[in-house]
Amino acid sequence: MRILRAIFGHGSGRIGGVIVGVYLVIAVLGLLGLTPHNPITQFRIDRLHAPNGAYWMGTDLFGRDVASRLMAGIGQSFTVAFFSVAFATLAGTVLGLAAAWLGRRWDGVVMRIMDVLLAFPAILLALLIVTVAGPGTWTSVVAIGIVYTPIFTRVVRGPALSLKAREFVDAARTFGSSSSYIVTRHLLLNLVAPLTVQVTLALAWALLTEAGLSFLGLGTQPPAASLGLMLSDSRNLMETAPWLMIFPGLTIMISILGFNLLGDALRDILDPRMRRVPA
Amino acid sequence: MNYLMRRLATFPLVLLGVSILVFVAIRMVPGDSITAMLGTEAGLLTPAQRDSLAAYFGIDQPWFVQYWRWIGGILQGNFGVSVTYGRPVLDVILERFPLTLELALLSMVIALAVGMPAGIYAATHNEKRSDLGVRIVAMIGQSTPSFVLGLLIIYTLSAGFGVLPAMGEFAPLWQDPLRNLSQLILPAITLGFAFAASVTRISRSAMLDVLSDDYVRTARSKGASARSVIWRHALPNALIPVVTLSGIEFGYLLGGAVIVEQIYALPGLGRMVLDAILQRDYALVQGAVLFIAFNFMIVNLLVDLAYVALDPRIRLGES
Repeated sequence: MRILRAIFGHGSGRIGGVIVGVYLVIAVLGLLGLTPHNPITQFRIDRLHAPNGAYWMGTDLFGRDVASRLMAGIGQSFTVAFFSVAFATLAGTVLGLAAAWLGRRWDGVVMRIMDVLLAFPAILLALLIVTVAGPGTWTSVVAIGIVYTPIFTRVVRGPALSLKAREFVDAARTFGSSSSYIVTRHLLLNLVAPLTVQVTLALAWALLTEAGLSFLGLGTQPPAASLGLMLSDSRNLMETAPWLMIFPGLTIMISILGFNLLGDALRDILDPRMRRVPA
Repeated sequence: MNYLMRRLATFPLVLLGVSILVFVAIRMVPGDSITAMLGTEAGLLTPAQRDSLAAYFGIDQPWFVQYWRWIGGILQGNFGVSVTYGRPVLDVILERFPLTLELALLSMVIALAVGMPAGIYAATHNEKRSDLGVRIVAMIGQSTPSFVLGLLIIYTLSAGFGVLPAMGEFAPLWQDPLRNLSQLILPAITLGFAFAASVTRISRSAMLDVLSDDYVRTARSKGASARSVIWRHALPNALIPVVTLSGIEFGYLLGGAVIVEQIYALPGLGRMVLDAILQRDYALVQGAVLFIAFNFMIVNLLVDLAYVALDPRIRLGES
């Protein structure tokens, strides 16, 4: 509750929070199928209609309702973003904590593997994974999850190393606390703040990567709706039906803006030591 | 020097990891490269023809033999032959690389030319309306995906002015500089926009940090002019985070901007890798990924070395 109050007391947190909240509601409605029309039903007689009372954001080349497809697409993109970031957070935290706590050889091995993953450009690594496993929602989740795991590993390992050297950890050891207790209670709990900030920002990147993969035809497969795919399909009809490009484009942009604003606010609120001048 | 040596020593290890990862991954893609290369005509091949083609490209051997041959070849400067292009992999990569390098450089120039003055301006007008304006634009810029901006630019140009971006055959810089620039300027703006937004944000916050430091206050109290305080005293120290950010971003751009290249139909490294993956062109994917990873590591190393040049207090490799 306190954190919510803090977010809404923070200038950019308020805007980011509202944007993310609205998107979450739309995503849930889209996933539950509570859209104005069925997103894959083709109203052939109403093809390429400009926005009007019946179709708020117009219809596409097949006569499908753009607003309904956007809602379903937001649901789809958010599902991929949330699961992939959950994957990266879990894998990155476990690896980062293991590297920091076990030290020496483990640390070297884990961090070199992360260096290998980081030496790949994110989108290429994701592309490679998606091509191997075949495009689809869950492949995107795993691909984006793997791509962002090294970042979480680094975010966790650095502070965990310095926490490990602190007196209270030594004290806990002296009291006879087990390694697993110290790692979960003393290290992990102290890492919640930087992790929360990273999760919020990673959600913005994940949305971006998901849209990029779909844009290249390697994410969600048609006829299911996805924001990147809608944008990609709009290219050939840009002049006759600009609404096909403008609405998905703005939808992606505003969602990323929301998470970026929220991430910035959380950084200011949660991590007073890292507090920078608001940018 | 010691640090440089130690960093360079990790290069072969990371590159070995990258080589194994890409080698295994590309072989896990369903389908084979001969069918991908010939399409439906692959069905017309007799088994003997298929075998001899596989032998020509060296893909008839077990994995470990292929890997061993590939690594052995690389050590002698031979990256193998691309199935799609029928030419040495390194030739194909080096043909595409100038475009990618030029695009990355142009984007960085745009980002720094716009982002740094904007950031410094915002920092020196802290909490004023103009500062808020710069921050809002920078936040929006950072949240605009390159493909959304790219399409918006193309749409605005075609719907508003009736012109289309210069596409068609790509003209290298040394053959036709004007045409080359006209082909690359819009993609560079597309990539440079979000990059400029990041530069703005980081130079603003770095500048604000430095401006509150004691030595800047001392300079002010000595009677140094506002201009001199900003340019001579504060800026050099505020540059460090800007260099880090720009270097990392530049390193990523050297890996090719798949989507922007796709939108503007540019034959860069990113699109080449995408096509190579889809065509299962093993040798080309492997060579290109290794090449990209190597460049990325070199750029990262240069960024670290730049710290030392900018701030003599920093001694790399000492904790």
